[in-house]
Amino acid sequence: MTTRLFGTKVPRVEDQRFLRGQGRYVDDVLVGQRVLHAAVLRSPHAHARITDIDVSDVLDLDGVHLVWTHDDLTGPMAEPLPLLIPHPALVHGRTQFALAPEEVNYVGEAIAFVVAEDRYVAEDAVGRIRVSYDYLEPVVGIPAARAARALVHDDVPGNVGARLEQENGDARAAIAAAPHTLSLDLTVERSACQPMEGRGTVARWDPDLGRMTVWTSTQTSTGVRGCVAAKLELDLGQVDVITPDVGGGFGVKINHPWPEELLVPLAARTLGVPVKFTEDRREHFISSAHERGQVHHVEVGFDDDGRVLGLDVEFWHDHGAYTPYGLIVPIITSTQLLGPYKPASYRVVFESLYTNTVIVTPYRGAGRPQGCFVMERTMDAIAAALGKDRTEVRATNFIQPDEFPYDQGLIFQDGRELEYDSGDYPASLEKLKQLVGWDEFPAFRAELAAEGRRVGIGLACYVEGTGVGPYEGAHVHVETSGKVKVATGLTTQGQGHQTAFAQIVADALGVRFEDVEVVTGDTRRMPYAVGTFASRAAVMSGSAIHLAALRAREKALRIAAEALEADEADLEIVDGVVRVKGTESQIDLGTVAVLSNPLRYAFDEASKAATQFSVGDPGKPPVAEGEEPGLEGKDFYSPERSTFASGMHAVIVETDPETAEIRILKYAVVHDCGHLINPMIVEGQIHGGVAQGVGGALYERMVYDEAGQLLNASFMDFLMPYVTEVPRSIEIDHLETPSPLNPLGIKGAGEAGVIPSAAVFAAAIEDAEGLDHPGLAITAMPISPSELFALRHQHSSDPEETA
Amino acid sequence: MSEELHDVRLRVNGATHAIRVPARRLLSDALRHDCGLTGTHVGCEHGVCGACTVLLDGRPVRSCLMLAVSAQDADLTTVEGLTEPDGSLSSVQQAFSDCHGLQCGFCTPGFLTTIAAGLEETPDPTEDEARDMIAGNLCRCTGYQNIVKSVLRAAELTRERS
Repeated sequence: MTTRLFGTKVPRVEDQRFLRGQGRYVDDVLVGQRVLHAAVLRSPHAHARITDIDVSDVLDLDGVHLVWTHDDLTGPMAEPLPLLIPHPALVHGRTQFALAPEEVNYVGEAIAFVVAEDRYVAEDAVGRIRVSYDYLEPVVGIPAARAARALVHDDVPGNVGARLEQENGDARAAIAAAPHTLSLDLTVERSACQPMEGRGTVARWDPDLGRMTVWTSTQTSTGVRGCVAAKLELDLGQVDVITPDVGGGFGVKINHPWPEELLVPLAARTLGVPVKFTEDRREHFISSAHERGQVHHVEVGFDDDGRVLGLDVEFWHDHGAYTPYGLIVPIITSTQLLGPYKPASYRVVFESLYTNTVIVTPYRGAGRPQGCFVMERTMDAIAAALGKDRTEVRATNFIQPDEFPYDQGLIFQDGRELEYDSGDYPASLEKLKQLVGWDEFPAFRAELAAEGRRVGIGLACYVEGTGVGPYEGAHVHVETSGKVKVATGLTTQGQGHQTAFAQIVADALGVRFEDVEVVTGDTRRMPYAVGTFASRAAVMSGSAIHLAALRAREKALRIAAEALEADEADLEIVDGVVRVKGTESQIDLGTVAVLSNPLRYAFDEASKAATQFSVGDPGKPPVAEGEEPGLEGKDFYSPERSTFASGMHAVIVETDPETAEIRILKYAVVHDCGHLINPMIVEGQIHGGVAQGVGGALYERMVYDEAGQLLNASFMDFLMPYVTEVPRSIEIDHLETPSPLNPLGIKGAGEAGVIPSAAVFAAAIEDAEGLDHPGLAITAMPISPSELFALRHQHSSDPEETA
Repeated sequence: MSEELHDVRLRVNGATHAIRVPARRLLSDALRHDCGLTGTHVGCEHGVCGACTVLLDGRPVRSCLMLAVSAQDADLTTVEGLTEPDGSLSSVQQAFSDCHGLQCGFCTPGFLTTIAAGLEETPDPTEDEARDMIAGNLCRCTGYQNIVKSVLRAAELTRERS
């Protein structure tokens, strides 16, 4: 019997090429062939009107082939970029142009596009373009956006792009009647995905075939394909988009089309030569996307046990200069804020605000880290107000295991009900307390206090809607060699899909893992797909691949049953061989594939067996009614709603009494993503999420000055964690409550590691500081040692410290 | 006005590449675009991330901070050159596979070259030494947990193989 691969730590097949330096990332495409290189002139001003662009010096430069400004673009290319996800509440949605026509609204906005022999010359050319501006007052930061002394877009009153309110019950009345109430003001600053590989696009126009091939570092091949076709006025069938190996995405590459994703193919067609654009790091900082910047106000009413009777949250979301990705991030905050809890009533209202800064699109966690920060800070505040253990207050508010499916009475980011399908939060909490040593912590604290050391513990819980729709599909093809070729349309940026999906196929079809090859993100192989975001790949494509493999298996059994003159029910497929159980009678899948495709012409030894004088019943059509030639299976998975993963993190930190440096002593994660396909890969995702969370909680922020200049747009100044900043080890325990919504019982795992970080660090640092600095509350993240130092001074009982 | 070109001989992974490049061509770009060795990746182009690390006469250097013309006659090793002559993975490469030390793979070449050189100097690192060895390279996917394990595993494999 073949060993089941689902659930085992199968080593990754993609590693072989990555480790040899043979990965194929977008900047590697067409190396060694004739290709021209693009560079972009970007606005140096956050808010300005363009009065003149002079490109006269550019074409004199040797090696320059093309320079475009907005005036050179026509038809759909001259219109604004698409607003990808419209929402009725987004009454003032605005998107930028591929090249700015009149006004620029952030430092980094594309103004002109140059194509030259190499990137060096292209940048020389960009330097020769002279632009005249009338300066306008920039709007930077949420307070300035709300004050609306200046407007980002003249026709958007108050800088408010959207206002959305949802309510379940009468939260304000419940708070008014509650025995206890609290208010909190909570802030999270801007950060960004910062994948190690930035954006990049290569395009080749084939005039003989009338086809455009685009390679792009994206999280959605089909999304880019649709946009390229629409903007370049090509039929969809003329455009192929291939996502090669991608050096990390974390959300930023789901936004599309970037100006360069349209300008590069257009230039390739115009010049008749392939064109490549590879973003540099500064460009990634100032012209891709950021996230996280939100300010929140919470009113909460609760009873003596800490049960939340009413929760009223108002928040302001900084969406930057434009809204291509709609309201997804604040909608996720407003809904996923609830986590594993069931407040008796809840009202949430947000305003999504324009600022003269880089656009905001989802970054791993996508609004959840902020929501989790708000909810968990509230839980901690309730526990402090009542003098209760923080785990106890949380447990009091948990949805119980017998309450699933649990409808939170809100509409989620996919337009569907926020209905949790499964989970076991009390069990997770119990595991977490064990893992981190929650009950033993007071003794540990006392022990370290005796040495003059200051430690604190915190925990945070989250629920994450994963596997959002609308669908994904898969195609499974057994070749006559017995090799199995699998295609799914969503893309891969490091999640090991070629391994995890091959595990699913090997199990479902009954073939050897080594014989399965998975292709993702290639519209030639699977033109119907959505993309890789929202922890959806394993749920969506994993399920579709499972279903498609089962279809291929059914077909194999039908054909084999006839060939072996056996009953289908007596057949099994093991290691690529169909056999009649308990007998010697068997046929390999490659031969079944030969038989599945009746031939007139043989092309090799195997195919002779399928020619017209070899097979078939003369009384029947060679391809039976309802059948198709070929041993293939294709299927789609389109769930009614998302499946909800969950988890809890705890951290023990030490804060230096003198310098306020923050050191991580222990980090523990309990995670429930249903059944695990490959635990090694899931744990890797958690490790990476935790590290990004450490960055977001303690180091990473986008520092804009009042003029809208991003002051730290380099890896020198934007502090991403090195190995020296992450926990020495991350303790992980899994809980597996299978999802009832998909055939494999899986839930997404990609984003989870980063969601509770801001909350859990704030809690632990506050806990560490509390004894010496009563009333010190951590209400804004990230927090640096200097900020903690300042907070100490504000809350000191020691007159020397406040001096 | 055309740029002046310079004849440069780069010795990479034992093979000599004769290229003609402007003086300002970065070594990273020359390796990738002129020599076609795309295994070396460029993550920041300001010497911070370490993805472009190659070995120059056995020492790790950031190829984005060096001009191709100044690498004339040096002995360069890129990730492609770490693989054993028979095509099998070196100890460091195999260790990354064993320990799931990579996800998207973009930063990986820089870690592999850095560790290959580091283990020459410190063949039997403690966990702290393993951390020090990789403390100048950025990875956004793995949280470094399994990269530290990979360093220790690579040392173990090297001992087993020798």
